[in-house]
Amino acid sequence: MALSTASNFAKPDDAFRAVVEAHRGLSEKESADLDAALVLILANHIGDITVLREAITLAKRRMIDTSQQQQQQQQ
Amino acid sequence: MVQANPGQGASQAKVQFGYHRHGDQDRIAPAEHPVVVVGAGPVGLSFAIDLAQRGHAVVVLDDADRIGEGSRAICFSKRSLDYWDRLGVGDRMVDKGVVWNVGRIFHGPSELYQFNLLPEPGHKRPAFINLQQFYAEAYLVDRVTQLPDISLRWRNKVIALEQRNDRAVLTIETPDGPYLLSAQYVIACDGARSSLRQMVGAGFSGKVFEDQFLIADVKMTAKFPTERWFWFDPPFHAGRSALLHRQPDDVWRIDLQLTPDCDPQVERKPENVRPRIARMLGHDEFEFEWISLYKFQCRRMERFIHGRVIFAGDSAHQVSPFGARGANSGLEDAENLSWKLDRVLRGTSPSGLLETYHIERSAAADENIRESTRSTDFMAPVSAQEARLRKAVLSLAKETEFGKRMVNGGRLSVPSIYETPLSTADTDTWRGGPCPGTSMLDAPLKAADGRHLHLTDAFNAQGRRFTLLSFANGEAIDAPDDVSVISIGGDGFADAEAFAGKRYDAEPGTSYLLRPDGYVAARFRHSKRADIAAAVARASGRN
Repeated sequence: MALSTASNFAKPDDAFRAVVEAHRGLSEKESADLDAALVLILANHIGDITVLREAITLAKRRMIDTSQQQQQQQQ
Repeated sequence: MVQANPGQGASQAKVQFGYHRHGDQDRIAPAEHPVVVVGAGPVGLSFAIDLAQRGHAVVVLDDADRIGEGSRAICFSKRSLDYWDRLGVGDRMVDKGVVWNVGRIFHGPSELYQFNLLPEPGHKRPAFINLQQFYAEAYLVDRVTQLPDISLRWRNKVIALEQRNDRAVLTIETPDGPYLLSAQYVIACDGARSSLRQMVGAGFSGKVFEDQFLIADVKMTAKFPTERWFWFDPPFHAGRSALLHRQPDDVWRIDLQLTPDCDPQVERKPENVRPRIARMLGHDEFEFEWISLYKFQCRRMERFIHGRVIFAGDSAHQVSPFGARGANSGLEDAENLSWKLDRVLRGTSPSGLLETYHIERSAAADENIRESTRSTDFMAPVSAQEARLRKAVLSLAKETEFGKRMVNGGRLSVPSIYETPLSTADTDTWRGGPCPGTSMLDAPLKAADGRHLHLTDAFNAQGRRFTLLSFANGEAIDAPDDVSVISIGGDGFADAEAFAGKRYDAEPGTSYLLRPDGYVAARFRHSKRADIAAAVARASGRN
């Protein structure tokens, strides 16, 4: 099974909203704790190390893009 | 017989041996020996016994004249005990050791979960025994003295090595001055600070963990069960981890994680250690056997074979202690190497067979390093986010199965699985059973005379050779001449408790070819003589 990046929710806004609302009222630290638990729960639910690694790669691409942008801005 | 002498305090040797001048020291030309083992620890002694039992003369050199100092290995695995049974010392180890199968993990004041490493009956040996390393060494030395083919020489320190095409020449320092020895093969079992490794110019690189661990052996009478107890963030040692493990003679091993920046000289002072342990135990009625402070390292040599020098145990690879992968993996090295070197010395296998020692055991070292690195990182997270993820796992473990399984308080040593050129790949269909490259599984059997024994006993009785484990189908077993046969069912052993058939996914006619170290080389639903012979040729490096 490969990582699915098609839109899987019938109502994507509901999903985004659910995550956003979970963080409402939390401090930065509490939010980070929540995310850590959430990532592990969802990773276990997926239960496929290949999919997990693909997801990590996709997520990490943002870090690379961000650091490249910062370098370009500095130049 | 050597008598170990426990409880005399850390500074005293447990067993003292004498230096004896050997005739080799009077010779002008170096005495020629097939095999010289450097280092009389558990690995070197076990290797020497194995090779001597296979009919070879072995010289064992050690620079000290005593054993027993230091708080060292205590957990010996089922596989190590099976091996020591083959060497004739298993019963002594198990009789003295404390047997354990269960571990518990605590977080703060409460228990998170427990695990049983050997939940099924029908095995001769338990998952683990705990035994002070000095007892293991003393029993091995006793066994060595029963074997006239082994010359064990204390206070013989190797100070120089010269590699030639077909041998290595060692310069050895003794109280009577230096002498030379020539060996076809030198087996370097001289520990993590191996001087042989320096002499061949090999590196030893890897990872050093920043956190320091205080390790103490304390003597006390206590009612804790014989289990491995591991705490994350216990009330008596806030924010850090702790381990409690029982040894024979009312001695308990305690590991306490300290901060990276603490001063080892201060922390190891008994007056500073005592209150920590008193907090843990809830009382002050104990004596110290040993206190030490460690920074753990995980590292290995790139190659385990350098010309005529072959490295085994801590000299070749080093791990952190959470998982009992140090001494046990060294014993697996010894077992893996001895049957191969036996065949090469006899000329029944080409010397290329030795290369598979490097292939199989360096892969095992990588696995052990990976597992013990993960455990140590889990105990000592290196960033705020790692600490956050660990906190999430520990809190999820309270209410979820998957959280419990992610908690890593040490993954205990299990036999490695080898991806090796010595294995013959499966061509038949299997629903279970040990695949080629996996260690044999034990099972209870019953002999024709009604005697109960285990499969590991039957394997040892066959003389540690290539052995065909065959499940009878009424036909005669047609095995090559150099292969022993253990037959189950029919006229052979009875599978009295039906474990053997189940563990080996057996049908009538099924057979497994076991290597001399008890690893599966090949398996067949219906074995033909030619197939077995081809698998033996492959497994002995002759293909």
